[in-house]
Amino acid sequence: MKTFQIYRWNPDTPTEKPRMQSYTLDLNKTGPMVLDALIRIKNELDPTLTFRRSCREGICGSCAMNINGTNTLACLCRIPAEDAAETKIYPLPHTYVVKDLVPDLTLFYKQYKSIKPYLQRDTPSPDGKEYRQSKADRRKLDGLYECILCACCSTSCPSYWWNSEEYLGPAILLQSYRWLADSRDERTQERYDALNNSMSLYRCHTILNCTRTCPKGLNPGLAIANIKKEMSF
Amino acid sequence: MRLSGLQKEVLSLYRQCLRECRKKPDTARQHFKSFARNEFDKNMGIEKRDFAAVEFLLRKGRRQLEMYSSPGVKNIH
Repeated sequence: MKTFQIYRWNPDTPTEKPRMQSYTLDLNKTGPMVLDALIRIKNELDPTLTFRRSCREGICGSCAMNINGTNTLACLCRIPAEDAAETKIYPLPHTYVVKDLVPDLTLFYKQYKSIKPYLQRDTPSPDGKEYRQSKADRRKLDGLYECILCACCSTSCPSYWWNSEEYLGPAILLQSYRWLADSRDERTQERYDALNNSMSLYRCHTILNCTRTCPKGLNPGLAIANIKKEMSF
Repeated sequence: MRLSGLQKEVLSLYRQCLRECRKKPDTARQHFKSFARNEFDKNMGIEKRDFAAVEFLLRKGRRQLEMYSSPGVKNIH
């Protein structure tokens, strides 16, 4: 048996305060991951529990939440079975809550849009078919393109908590670097100019919560450091 | 009566709503107005010191306003 304490808040009754609700499950009848437990709670104990989920294998980034104090994907997080203590589940920290475990990521997506996350090029490719790149150039994108934008890193960053309006946050900066490092992109200088102010990039103080929490094992801290390095030389 | 900052924000949101109503076609304007009024009336009973609830409703209201003020929305029932 394992008890889960889950953050509950219903927008239909805004005057009611958020509360923690306990659910007890028999782990022998539950799958190994926290998401399995959540789905089972929703199916069998309380259908009003609300959370986002989709792929259940860590590729969509929908089920990002704060489990026992760490931002992670519920589908990649094992239920700590040997530990008798209750597992606490909260929505991503410092986000507006839509309902229960569902955070409002509007700002996050707006910021993603602002970095123009697509290939910008004026010259056509020599053979008129595809834009080729060398194997070495392609290798530069490893560790960047895998990001699924689950917002775990951004919402774990204290700098982002206090300056989310202006500071882009680790996830968006990692994506930004993904396009800066792309050998096929021709607007690199413009991209640098857009980041070259005190807020967008330089609010990163290498706290490295982002790298520690990333459920995909990526390193946004390194990507930000690379942007800073290339901008200063 | 002196209003708190939060109360002013609520009033300003209501005024914005009324302004947006004017941009809608003549025939539908009354519908939009009464819809906006109705949305505010629904939460009339909330205690003015309940900041969390009022702030949440303000955010929700702004989102709704943004949605309904797009020129594609021509009428409301």
